[in-house]
Amino acid sequence: MQVIIEQYQALIRAAADNKTPLQIRGGGTKHFYGNAPAEQPAAFLDTTAYHGIVDYEPTELVMTARAGTRLADVEVLLTEHGQMLAFEPPHFGMAATLGGCIAAGLSGPRRAVAGAVRDFVLGLRLLDGTGKDLRFGGQVMKNVAGYDVSRLMAGALGTLGVILEVSLKVLPKPPAETTLQFSMNEAVAIERMNQWAGKPLPVSATCYVDGELFVRLSGAESTVRTAQIKLGGEVLPESEAFWQSIREQSYGFFQPGQPLWRLSVRSTAAPLVLPGKQLFEWNGGLRWLSGDDGLDAETIRQLAKDVGGHATLFRNHGSPLPVFHPLDSALMTIHRSLKQQFDPSGIFNRGRLYPDL
Amino acid sequence: MSVQTLVDQFRSFLPREAILFEAEDLRPYECDGLSAYRQLPGAVVLPQTEEQIVKILQLCHATRTPLVARGAGTGLSGGALPHAQGVLMSLAKLNKIIAIDPLARTARVQPGVRNLAISEAAALYGLYYAPDPSSQIACSIGGNVAENSGGVHCLKYGLTVHNILKLRVLTIEGECLEIGGDSLDSAGYDLLALMTGSEGMLGIVIEITVKLLPKPEKAQLVMTAFDDVLKAGNAVANVIAAGIIPAGMEMMDKITIHAVEEFLHAGYDLNAAAILLCESDGSAEEVADEIERIQAIMQQSGATGIRTSRDEAERLKLWAGRKAAFPAAGRVSPDYYCMDGTIPRKRLAEVLHGIDQLSQQYGLRCMNVFHAGDGNLHPLILYDANRPGELEKAEEFGGKILEMCIHAGGTITGEHGVGMEKINQMCIQFKTDELQIFHAVKAAFDPLGLLNPGKAVPTLHRCAELGAMHVHHGELKFADLPRF
Repeated sequence: MQVIIEQYQALIRAAADNKTPLQIRGGGTKHFYGNAPAEQPAAFLDTTAYHGIVDYEPTELVMTARAGTRLADVEVLLTEHGQMLAFEPPHFGMAATLGGCIAAGLSGPRRAVAGAVRDFVLGLRLLDGTGKDLRFGGQVMKNVAGYDVSRLMAGALGTLGVILEVSLKVLPKPPAETTLQFSMNEAVAIERMNQWAGKPLPVSATCYVDGELFVRLSGAESTVRTAQIKLGGEVLPESEAFWQSIREQSYGFFQPGQPLWRLSVRSTAAPLVLPGKQLFEWNGGLRWLSGDDGLDAETIRQLAKDVGGHATLFRNHGSPLPVFHPLDSALMTIHRSLKQQFDPSGIFNRGRLYPDL
Repeated sequence: MSVQTLVDQFRSFLPREAILFEAEDLRPYECDGLSAYRQLPGAVVLPQTEEQIVKILQLCHATRTPLVARGAGTGLSGGALPHAQGVLMSLAKLNKIIAIDPLARTARVQPGVRNLAISEAAALYGLYYAPDPSSQIACSIGGNVAENSGGVHCLKYGLTVHNILKLRVLTIEGECLEIGGDSLDSAGYDLLALMTGSEGMLGIVIEITVKLLPKPEKAQLVMTAFDDVLKAGNAVANVIAAGIIPAGMEMMDKITIHAVEEFLHAGYDLNAAAILLCESDGSAEEVADEIERIQAIMQQSGATGIRTSRDEAERLKLWAGRKAAFPAAGRVSPDYYCMDGTIPRKRLAEVLHGIDQLSQQYGLRCMNVFHAGDGNLHPLILYDANRPGELEKAEEFGGKILEMCIHAGGTITGEHGVGMEKINQMCIQFKTDELQIFHAVKAAFDPLGLLNPGKAVPTLHRCAELGAMHVHHGELKFADLPRF
């Protein structure tokens, strides 16, 4: 495996010497996510060659794996031991890798209660823009030695370095799960989801779409049963397939070929009046907006900002609009400075996150 | 710039009582919770408004004056140790809970608000702020952010980094950054994670939005005695293997049990080699289920005695012993030095054995309390500062424990921070290239290095000198650095 790292280092050094863009690529399942590169990459760094589980101790609740390991393989192994990635990451295809999952920083239905990708990153090994092999964080739950560079990599879309290995906190799978379904309007659903989140209930996911609220309960058998009696509603059959279709965006709402906006907002924000259709997750904190015309980027971004959040053009289908919410100039300065420090020649995934990163 | 000139300039925008510069007024600020390190600052300022803080920062920046921020001063790593030529800025007067939004389950607070005060204010809505460092009655939320503080419940509920949404931060230039948001994520790099635990080196946090959680319906505690530390360690692994994430899982060794029992009479078994406290919380049914399973696991793991709290009073009494471990150390010894390593739990027996050997070697007793669920070990080295050389011996002993934690695959600090105290061990945990990245991160926020200089990340020069003194496994650390 060291040979592969040396190959990566050689690629990086060559790109850095020539100041030519280098695109980091795993399974390619999240290729759609982010801005198109400013210029055609001169070379690709394929992370799938560097794969495999490095260490997994179920009783330590920690797994360390190489970035090229397929996300599906990671989940199969965890399932064998009754454990899971609690942030429920979307795969968007069989080829999805663990490295891509961390770099994209996307989390699924359980995020509002369990936490996001970054919350489970304990440490990682990465190559910076000069090819240096670095390790940050560790394989233990609590670690405050040095700045939290590991979590900084979650969602950085590979613009700061090549993730080689990552250590994640894993959690036991809940023994029981039930999904309840309720009919109600948007405003009531938002209020209900937030009220329930403030009560000691085992709610592990929420989704509101087409006038129906879906609430997943997870935990001990007895807890789920009691909560079900308390909340009422209809039991949704085949609920696992339902949540998977939300996570993987194969549910009917997610029309292929249409622009899809992701609005991350204060969960209690009143319904946002916009053309197109909406689907809510995370107790109302995540609002997907789908529609083919009449969607104005400026209006969407302003609305999201007004309710404490930001908007991402999640699937842009080749539109030239910037994908990510523009940053204030003071924050952008810090971003540029960090990029400069980690990747001084500006070779990694240039332009994918913001034009000059 | 002389202190007098600085003070004169401070007077143009701060009230008289908010500026301290006489030695006797500075004295209370000479150390934080790590009293072995003391240093008087040039001056202390106690601003009350954001506007004042901006001016203080701009003045320090313009005059190239080092600035150290301080919350409640309860930190255990010397992170708030003043700089001799610098200004110490206390944020204690910014102590308002600005707003609580019960439906959104968030609280917006100023940095000087005490950790426990947030939970007290949120109790009205059946909510609380989960991270509960042992000093929660006194420590400030700003300090918690600076250190990424944990507590006994963090295996289940996470550290500070998992429980905050947004920060308002002032840079050393006095510019305001909004980091994070009211939403669960924000655009761009995760600067919220980078700021948390950055020990006041990157910016001054002036407002924090924390997440609040619903208070669990019920909590119950199982106390188990073991005749062998290894069995207690295995019991912890067995609980996790059964798919249980306890709300709290704490271990104490024999010497701690004795010190605590003598002090508090909590009802601990004095014959035990280790005591494990395992808490379950949640709905009534969930707790009943889990407690039953925990009891069975303890039995199978070779417990010599099991006691389960029957009511809230008994639960608190059993916890009281664990919470009194530090004061108990203070009773059995004139001074104690608290360490904070984290190790993979499976290496516990080996590390405890190593600590025992070091204890004999240095002729100093050591009590061990352990956040067993997450592998965070707090050895308390007992010493007497009045005996010449004993503090130095305790420090050396502590340093050796931390090195052992690194070699066991762990870290030198789980929750107390590096501060001034563990700066040398940073040279062992990280390579030159990694330390350089830390310096680069610092430079991205504070290019002149004025915020809390000399803390958290050692200079490469310091590591080179240290490397010359300590050679590990025959390999010289930082061999690639020039020596002078």
